[in-house]
This record gives sequence, C-alpha cells and structure tokens, in this order.
Amino acid sequence: MLSRRQFLQFSAVSAAGLSTSSLGILGFSATQVLAEVRQYKLERTTETRNTCPYCSVGCGLLMYSLGDKAKNAPAEIIHIEGDPDHPVNRGTLCPKGAGLLDFVHSPNRLKYPEYRAPGSDKFVRISWDDFIAKNADGTTVNRWLSTGFLAASASSNESGYLTHKVVRSLGILAFDNQARV
Amino acid sequence: MALQSLDITSRSATTTPSPGVRQTQKVAKLIDISKCIGCKACQVACMEWNDLRDEIGTNHGVYDNPLDLTDKSWTVMRFSEVELEKGKLEWLIRKDGCMHCADPGCLKACPAPGAIVQYSNGIVDFHEEHCIGCGYCITGCPFNIPRLSKKDDKVYKCTLCSDRVSVGMEPACVKTCPTGALVFGSKEDMIQHAEERIVDLKSRGYNNAGLYDPPGVGGTHVMYVLQHADQPQIYNGLPKDPQISLLVELWKGVLKPIMSLGLGLVALTGFFHYVTVGPNEVKEDANENQHGR
Repeated sequence: MLSRRQFLQFSAVSAAGLSTSSLGILGFSATQVLAEVRQYKLERTTETRNTCPYCSVGCGLLMYSLGDKAKNAPAEIIHIEGDPDHPVNRGTLCPKGAGLLDFVHSPNRLKYPEYRAPGSDKFVRISWDDFIAKNADGTTVNRWLSTGFLAASASSNESGYLTHKVVRSLGILAFDNQARV
Repeated sequence: MALQSLDITSRSATTTPSPGVRQTQKVAKLIDISKCIGCKACQVACMEWNDLRDEIGTNHGVYDNPLDLTDKSWTVMRFSEVELEKGKLEWLIRKDGCMHCADPGCLKACPAPGAIVQYSNGIVDFHEEHCIGCGYCITGCPFNIPRLSKKDDKVYKCTLCSDRVSVGMEPACVKTCPTGALVFGSKEDMIQHAEERIVDLKSRGYNNAGLYDPPGVGGTHVMYVLQHADQPQIYNGLPKDPQISLLVELWKGVLKPIMSLGLGLVALTGFFHYVTVGPNEVKEDANENQHGR
C-alpha cells in the first residue's frame, strides 16, 4: 500500500510531468525526431556546360540532368543555373535565363516536322522521310532568302510585333531584333 | 551528412533544449537596394530551384508581379515611387521575403513541435511535414511573410535555400542576381560589405544611407542596405522597429507556464475529488422514476 507521503510525492511528480508536457495530453507526440531539411537535389546529377542562346550576351549555363549517363537511364534536365567559371556572367543569369528549365520542358516546343500545304491554314505532322523528301525537291521553298531585316533595339513591344508581322509575311527569314543588335 | 552546417539550435513547441555545443558559421544575405534594377531574376530562380510554379496572375497596373507573397512565391520585388525632395523621383525596389530573424516570432508562436526550426547558422526553416496549418506563425511574424497554402493547409516561406547552404552553396536568388545587388556570406563579411557600400552611397549624397539589421528581432540574417535608412517605411512599409507582437510574447512567455500549471491542477483536483468524494453514482430508483413516465 502507498503511504501518505509516497502518495503526495507521486501526485506532485505527475502534476509536474503533466504541466511540462501539456501538449502531450492534447495529442502531440514529443517523440518526433529532429526536423529533416530538404536534401540537396543535385547530389549525383550529371552536370553539362552550355551557352544560353537567347541573346547575344551568351551567358554560360550549367545544366543538371537526372541519370549518371548509364546506358539504361536516359537523361532528363531538372535544373539550370549560371556557370561561375564563365567569364561573361560568372554564375549570374537574367530572369529569362533563370527560367530556362521551362523552355526545355515547354509543351509548345517543336519536336517533329510539320507541314502546311499551300492555301491550308493548319500544320499537319509529317514523318522525317517526308520532310527530307519535300526539302530535297524544293516544294516547301517559298521564302525571300536574298534579303535580311535588322530592327532597332529601342522599339516598343507594339512596334516590335508589327515589324515581326510585316517581315515574316514578306517571307524574309533573316530577321534580327532587340538585344542581339 | 549534409546536416553538419545545419545544426538545430531551437525548435518550435519543444521544451527540451536542442544540442548546442557546436557553433557553425553565421550566414547572411545582404540586399543592396541601391543596386537593384528590379529584373526579378531572383523570383524566377527561387521558383525554379524550389520546384514551385505560381499561378499566372493578371496585370494590376504596377510592376509588382505577383502583387504579394504567396505560398508559391517566396520572394517578390516591391516597387515604390518616392519623392523625398521635390522634383527628384526615386524608384525604390525592395526584394521582400523572409528576414530570418535571430529571434524568430514565427518559431515562438508555433504550437507544432518541430514545424519551425532555427539552425545555428541563423536560417529559420519551416518543416511542412510537421505543420498543422494553424497560421499562428503569420501572427508571430513582424514582417508578414509566411503564407498559408489553400492546397495543403501548410505554411510556406523562403528557406534561404537551406538545402543549398547545407552543402556550401549560396541561395539561388543570390547566385542569379545580375547586378550583384544580392550577396551572401558570413554575417560578419556581409556587415563589412554593407559598410563599404554605405560609405560609397554617402559620398554620392545619400547622407542617411545605412544598414537595416533591426535589433528588435535580435538582428536578421537577411539585411538591407538602404539609401534612406532613417525612414525604412518608404520602402513599401518596411517596419522601422519590428517587434514580435506583445500578444505572442505574453501568450508564449508568461502565460504558457501558468496555463500548463492550471491544466495540471485541474487533473490533480479531479483525482482528489475522485478519491475523496468518489464517482457520481446514479441511484436505481431515479432510473425507475424515468421509466415510469
């Protein structure tokens, strides 16, 4: 049997225990281990150097892809950042360059040849064989190749849009604008 | 492994102290507002690194895009047009985001054990797996930074790229910044860098240039170089003397042990009541009377 003294000691200890772990009674377990940080995601990815093609500054890029180049694991780019060893940008990138990953994975990317027949208003997918055959016999050549067009870098968005429409509707292929000038 | 530089010094809603013998290098991000051109490369780099893609918003007629921090936009540029001297317009662009306070109000207010942690290098990190979505950290934050996600009811904010810093790299926003307005390093070096910048700014006529490292929250691990440090509120409402809300301090400070004691006393009283008076027994005839009706 408990003596009166033992009983009081027991009660005091339980009260102290309850008050320090009041969260315990409310259902929060104190047994959770230390918080775990998000792991560094590039640990064993393949790093590939490249140059950003989107303006004439030509910043150096580091492209990180899943897979270690093993035969059975095709690579997939998961991250792009600036190349610190590149003399042009020394690791920095502009907002366009910083978002290049979404260019790579854009659903609007052209991944196969398409053909728009004369008078048609839509492109249809064709095979690579058809594409090469059409190019070889010159049927798709309807372009003004002898002339180029250079537009100013200080144009507004609207005049840039109009310039693009005019030049392209004339069939001119060699057309350059904005930061590349 | 990678946790070597991420020793935890304090943990939300935890009474037992964290291991605190080892001391790692205190780090800091310095944002030099006088160098920022508002290109938002930091916003893009942040989303890209952290695998976030915010919803495409609408144009609000201002450069701020998105208009406010969200659960997916952990940093935003805030543009203010200020005319301190007549005819001299200044375009002040402040990169907003978590300040990583040395005395974090969010961590103090958080009731979920381990949902908010502070590393010994100064980074305050949210561990969303333990987050219960109560939003108390939003009340606790003097800078109004954390954002509750409608998708999963968890709170998100800038982590200062703790995953990059843990392996010795700089945060994604700092790396991408084309003008060098963002720099990252040890807090000591950043303060020194800021001092050099302030000397330069003062020589250019910004007599009130200074460092923003508010002592009210114990200093921060994200600091600003301000051209007008005497009035930080012109930088889109940057608080002049940020403090953790008195309510949070009271509630998590003085009142918490009293409440815990109260809870203990209730349990104790209940026990004594049970021992001295006993359970409340229903008499059989009371039951019969009920059936009789």
